[in-house]
Amino acid sequence: MRRLIAAVLALIALASFAHAKETLTIYTYDGFTSDWGTGPKVKAAFETQCDCTVDFVALPDGVALLNRLKLEGAATKADIVLGIDTNLTAEAEATGLFAPYEVTASALTVPGGWSDKTFLPFDWGYFAVVFDGEKLKADQFRSLKEFIEKPGPEKIVIEDPRTATPGLGLLLWIKAVYGDQAKDAWEKLKPRILTVTPGWSEAYGLFTKGEAPMVLSYTTSPAYHMIAENTQRYQAFAFAEGHYMQIEVAGMTKSARNKELARRFLAFMISPGFQDLVPETNWMYPAGPISKPLPAAFDRLVKPAKSLIFSSEEVARNRKAWTEEWLAATSR
Amino acid sequence: MTGAASGGIAVVAVVAALTAAAFVPLIGHARTGAPLLDFLMAPYTLRITRFTLLQAGLSTLLSVGFAIPLARALAHQPQFMLRGTLLRLMALPLGLPALVGVLGIVEVFGQRGWVNGLLAAIGLDSRLEIYGLTGILLAHVFFNMPLAARMVLSGLEAIPYESERLSAQLGFTPAQHWRHVEWPAVRQVLPGTLLLVFILCAASFTIVLTLGGGPSATTLEVAIYQALRFDFDPGQAVVLALLQLLLCASCYLLLGRLGTDVDPGMTLGARAQPGSRGSGRRTGDWLLIAMAGAFIALPLVAIVISGLQAPLASLLAQPAVWQAASTSLAVALAATALAMAAAWLLAAARRDTLRMRDPPRWRRALDKVGGLVAGLTLAMPPIVLGAGWFVLALGFEGPFSIAPAAVVAGNALLALPFAVRIIEPAMLGHAQAYDRLVLSLGIKGLTRFRLIDWPVLGRPAGLAAALAMAMSLGDLGIITLFGSEDFLTLPYLLLQRMGTYRTTDAAGLALILGGLCLSLIWTAEWMARPARRSTP
Repeated sequence: MRRLIAAVLALIALASFAHAKETLTIYTYDGFTSDWGTGPKVKAAFETQCDCTVDFVALPDGVALLNRLKLEGAATKADIVLGIDTNLTAEAEATGLFAPYEVTASALTVPGGWSDKTFLPFDWGYFAVVFDGEKLKADQFRSLKEFIEKPGPEKIVIEDPRTATPGLGLLLWIKAVYGDQAKDAWEKLKPRILTVTPGWSEAYGLFTKGEAPMVLSYTTSPAYHMIAENTQRYQAFAFAEGHYMQIEVAGMTKSARNKELARRFLAFMISPGFQDLVPETNWMYPAGPISKPLPAAFDRLVKPAKSLIFSSEEVARNRKAWTEEWLAATSR
Repeated sequence: MTGAASGGIAVVAVVAALTAAAFVPLIGHARTGAPLLDFLMAPYTLRITRFTLLQAGLSTLLSVGFAIPLARALAHQPQFMLRGTLLRLMALPLGLPALVGVLGIVEVFGQRGWVNGLLAAIGLDSRLEIYGLTGILLAHVFFNMPLAARMVLSGLEAIPYESERLSAQLGFTPAQHWRHVEWPAVRQVLPGTLLLVFILCAASFTIVLTLGGGPSATTLEVAIYQALRFDFDPGQAVVLALLQLLLCASCYLLLGRLGTDVDPGMTLGARAQPGSRGSGRRTGDWLLIAMAGAFIALPLVAIVISGLQAPLASLLAQPAVWQAASTSLAVALAATALAMAAAWLLAAARRDTLRMRDPPRWRRALDKVGGLVAGLTLAMPPIVLGAGWFVLALGFEGPFSIAPAAVVAGNALLALPFAVRIIEPAMLGHAQAYDRLVLSLGIKGLTRFRLIDWPVLGRPAGLAAALAMAMSLGDLGIITLFGSEDFLTLPYLLLQRMGTYRTTDAAGLALILGGLCLSLIWTAEWMARPARRSTP
């Protein structure tokens, strides 16, 4: 009996010891935490060096992530928020919930450099018109202008900028290239649009079903098909004006229980231990140094001549007006 | 106050409390000073309201318009091979997430779909172009016509044997038979059917955007989603949700005038077994059944074909899939049980009111409010409900501990209107036929339920449960706010795979989900099968 009590006491002690282990709570989007995503590998790798437990809370996407944070406010359980993109960082910053990262960011490899002090990038990519190689050739469209202004029967499925991040990406891309003429450009593009879907999944689903030979996606989408499905069928057009960028970032909250731990995670995030995983699990470009070369398929991807991007503040200021402009041009 | 009346009051109170629990916290989060009234009167809001009404109205007319002849044909042909299978397949579209159904429809009717392949093969130049209003209507008919047909059929199946026999003895022509026997029965279930289909179409989101061809096809639900996402303006979302509720409530009030009081008179309660009819009629019936069957089955076949190309064995080996399937199952069962209980209580309260010679005012009011509440829970945007409950939960335990309860409650609210629309007419008709006898014999409580009510009401209850389960199983509303790694349903998992290039996985999951849904429908209807008995 006495031995039993001792055993129980030992167990309790052990349990409370285990409990004493720090927990790092990361809010992210669910593509990141899925079984084959970056998340599980990151968790395993970081836990071996931090003597802590990494807990993911997964939300549908970056926008949902920011909204969740706005709802929770200072009471949020998040120590780290990982997965909003630069179109949203101004709004995220404005919530006042984020703390500066205070980590050396000099090794970052994001095109155009990095100056934000609150959010750190973990990966990036370019939006692109992805086409079906069985129906179109890579030289069909050599620029965004050709794509918009050259008439033809080839249709594209795009996402709705009111509901989906890639949809907003195309809106900003056209704005970056056409400026004040964006409305005309949309009117010219309209006959090419087969349909406008609420999210990326619907658009990509229609595209791979063969409904349209083109879809708005990323320059890195073909890498998935080359590596995971071993097919060259899907490729992206290279547009001469350059491609609009998406940079995905993470930040730590002011309410983070252990700021030191959160900082260690952010430092880990931009190190090879994390960055090596990005290309083949998140299908984006790494934002920091990697210890092994990019997979061969990445060499075959479109390398835009120019990276287009608006500052986060510009997007926050104009998104509504530009969306309305789009609506007016395409609704008739 | 009778037990039934307090039950009805309790249901109304719970639904009202759940709604308030969603709307009030969101209003609390509204941006102060936002000119909500201006927003309500903005051209954009007016335009999308008009489009919502247009597409929902047309979709409803088409769905129910096709459903009535189909239900008649099915009622005329009570025995043929595959009839049971067809009836169960008809409840299935309701259990498919919109995205899955849309991909199935596109495979058949899309740009490179089977129909266009056939047109090209026989050398026709014209092609079917579905993107636009056509696609929206096509998809809404696919999702809702089978549901409407089953509801109308349940009305036709309630026609007492005596009516059929009398009609045969009098030598009614099919037109007379329709006018004097079938139409009164259809009329009983028609308002409820129209309302359900209208609400389902008015609140449609993925179908409208994906097949609509462009932003001119925007419904209120899209704007609500937009308001809660990039704009993050809960006040706006609540205003739009109220507008949607208002539209559906007006529809409810309009349709209320269409219904009639139940008066089946005294019958022996035996179900009609219509005798032989003219052979011409037969051919017509078969043609209709075959065409509708093909229309419903083809997209389902497309879903099965894509699903079979998925690595099903490896999917079934993943713990996440099993976990999601069991969560879905548990949520669907719990939500259905709640919805059925609530519907039964509401219907019983209504029955007791009708039984009174001169019911007090409050009882009539309870009936009205109960009908309205039960009719409109489907019109509440799940994303608003979810967001509201989420905010509320932040103040207490935290959203993750209430996640299962929130999803079950939300799905029960979605399923409640189906259950009420099917159970209530059946219960009222049954009560009129048996009440006097039962009261004079002094049969009460559980005995009454077992001996008198269940043998007759079991079958509509089974249908109601089947539809409620399908509805809950395919739901992708509230779960998107409350879902987490520890709590995810099959449709949510499917959406996740779809969002990470794993389209074949998603196709396989759609097949698994469809199979699960079909077996639940099967079980519900089998458990509620009518007891065999010769004469009552």
